[in-house]
Amino acid sequence: MLVMRHISKVFRTDLIETHALRDFSLEVAEGDFVAVTGPSGSGKTTFLNVAGLLEGFDTGSYSLDGVDTSGLSDDARSRLRNEKIGFIFQSFNLIPDLDIFDNVDVPLRYRRMKTAERRERITSALDLVGLASRAHHLPSQLSGGQQQRVAIARAIAGDPKFLLADEPTGNLDSLMARQVMDLLEQINEMGTTIVLVTHDPELARRAQRNVQIIDGQVSDYRPYESHVRPVREAAPQAAGATT
Amino acid sequence: MMGYYLKLAARSLARNPGLTSLMVLAIALGIAVCVVTLTVHHGMSSNPIWWKNDRLYAVTVDAWDPERPANEKRPALPPPDLTWRDAEAITRSDTPQRAVRMFKGYGVLSAGDPASKARPEQVLARVTTADFFDMFEVPFRFGNGWKSAADTGPEPVIVLSEEMNEHFFGGADSVGKTIRWDDREYRVIGVLEHWHPAPKFYDVNNGAFDDPEEIYIPFGWTDKLELRSAGNTNCWKPEDIQSFADFLRSECVWLQVWVELPDAAARERMQSYLDNYVAGERRNGRFQRPNNNRLTKVDQWLADNDVVGNDSPMLVALAFAFFTVCLINTVGLLLAKFLGSAALTGVRRALGASRKQIFLQHLTEAGLLASLGAALGVVLAGAGLWGLRIMYASPREGLTGLMHVNAWSLVITVALAIGASLAAGLYPAWRVGRLAPAVYLKSQ
Repeated sequence: MLVMRHISKVFRTDLIETHALRDFSLEVAEGDFVAVTGPSGSGKTTFLNVAGLLEGFDTGSYSLDGVDTSGLSDDARSRLRNEKIGFIFQSFNLIPDLDIFDNVDVPLRYRRMKTAERRERITSALDLVGLASRAHHLPSQLSGGQQQRVAIARAIAGDPKFLLADEPTGNLDSLMARQVMDLLEQINEMGTTIVLVTHDPELARRAQRNVQIIDGQVSDYRPYESHVRPVREAAPQAAGATT
Repeated sequence: MMGYYLKLAARSLARNPGLTSLMVLAIALGIAVCVVTLTVHHGMSSNPIWWKNDRLYAVTVDAWDPERPANEKRPALPPPDLTWRDAEAITRSDTPQRAVRMFKGYGVLSAGDPASKARPEQVLARVTTADFFDMFEVPFRFGNGWKSAADTGPEPVIVLSEEMNEHFFGGADSVGKTIRWDDREYRVIGVLEHWHPAPKFYDVNNGAFDDPEEIYIPFGWTDKLELRSAGNTNCWKPEDIQSFADFLRSECVWLQVWVELPDAAARERMQSYLDNYVAGERRNGRFQRPNNNRLTKVDQWLADNDVVGNDSPMLVALAFAFFTVCLINTVGLLLAKFLGSAALTGVRRALGASRKQIFLQHLTEAGLLASLGAALGVVLAGAGLWGLRIMYASPREGLTGLMHVNAWSLVITVALAIGASLAAGLYPAWRVGRLAPAVYLKSQ
């Protein structure tokens, strides 16, 4: 479970202070599929970076799967990130001179797994995204949708509890975007918690739960128990209501 | 993980061959310049008979002008050479295990066999007493040196250098054969192996980096044949020199004297002998300068005679300054390269790499780069030393005898280069490890 309480994060320069997150609180339960929306500059990406342990925060508390992350060393944060979190980026962020197999291998390398286990995990992750046959292609030899599927394979190869996706369909056409969302839903159904940051209300509606961030705060924060709902069934209604 | 880091480093270097070549070349050039300069410096400053440093002594006394020192730059030093009579008197002592008096002569060497087609050669000769060969551990290919009886005879015997034996006898064993030096015939009794002490410590006043002489003749021929020195003859006193006998009696210095003293007691006895001899001469009106009777070890002898010039350490300092500039350039290029791929580093951080792992990955890349630079540097250094050999090529080798890469300067410079390049990679590797990954993930 991901629990953030009263988090604040301020970016300072000589001239200005920007409060990216202020008194930010959010809980995400195991198995959730949460869509985080909000206007540009509202703090979505900062939230994702803090949640992904890529950035620290100034005040508040954040626990990830029961581990209090404040005060952790860089080594410990990196290990936690490697074991618990998978990242999916808008621009895929594959390493261009590594082939698909080696790209998926990257997080496993930092976990110091044995070769046979790594190979097995990579193969099954590529199988899941339907790209096992392209294992020795370079990223540049794949379409955008395929590259994002490789990024998803890389994110899930280490079997993380949380997937953090930052506009994962932002660079894809609608058909490819739908395929990627289908894949994310499939992964969520297998038990992985997903937090999806997006601008796209249609994608947000496919999540079980929507959270809106405005001015660095969750605009409609409620304690966890009060908003649990089987969203998959409710999503079409919500979609109908907004169209 | 090291294998993984090496694989990543190789791919990273291959990704940008132009930049990689530039960095490798910068390191290689720095190394090459250092190896060449260190090799020359080492050759010029080394003691070629270090293992006998505690036994061999150059003998000097100061019979020079009472009004001024022999060496204005180093007034404390006596002249490096001796007069005929002082050399003769000093080597008469029975304290040394071995003693040598000698000088550099010259003449024309020609085949003793009229049928020989070898053309005559103008050669430099070492006219010396018998102990020269054993005292300086001169290696022989064929035969030996002469006994002291050959000096007093004198006997018409000769020792040839390897080159002269090659020239006149095609490299065959010529012991027992005849050869002519000027207008006399000599019997070959020995042929040297290649022998090139650098510097030529036993006669630093006559070309410290010249080759050894091509032939060796018993000292006893000096007054018989009225042999003149081909080296420096320095005189301070106006004297009426009408004959060779006058010259031998004069205060002109032109002979080198060395003694081999096995222990401290022998050294003390020899010093007393010198002091007594000079005191006696002083009573006869000679040696009007302050007492300055010296037995000087080889290393001190080389230092006293400025065999290692001031420009050699200066060149080494300049070479290292150049190497530093090369390394600073490499630091800049590495930093630019590492920061240029910050987005990829950000991805790795997001996927779980710690700062330490990122640091080690980049340090491995710097190490690989340094090793490539070192390898190319050694090749360039070899080419540089070969180039120097070509530039200085002449019938007489001169300095080029020093131009062989020796293990000492190679190991020092390559170790230094890899160490320094790794040190050069430390800052860029540290910097890239400290980057905030989130900043670059959006911008990739």
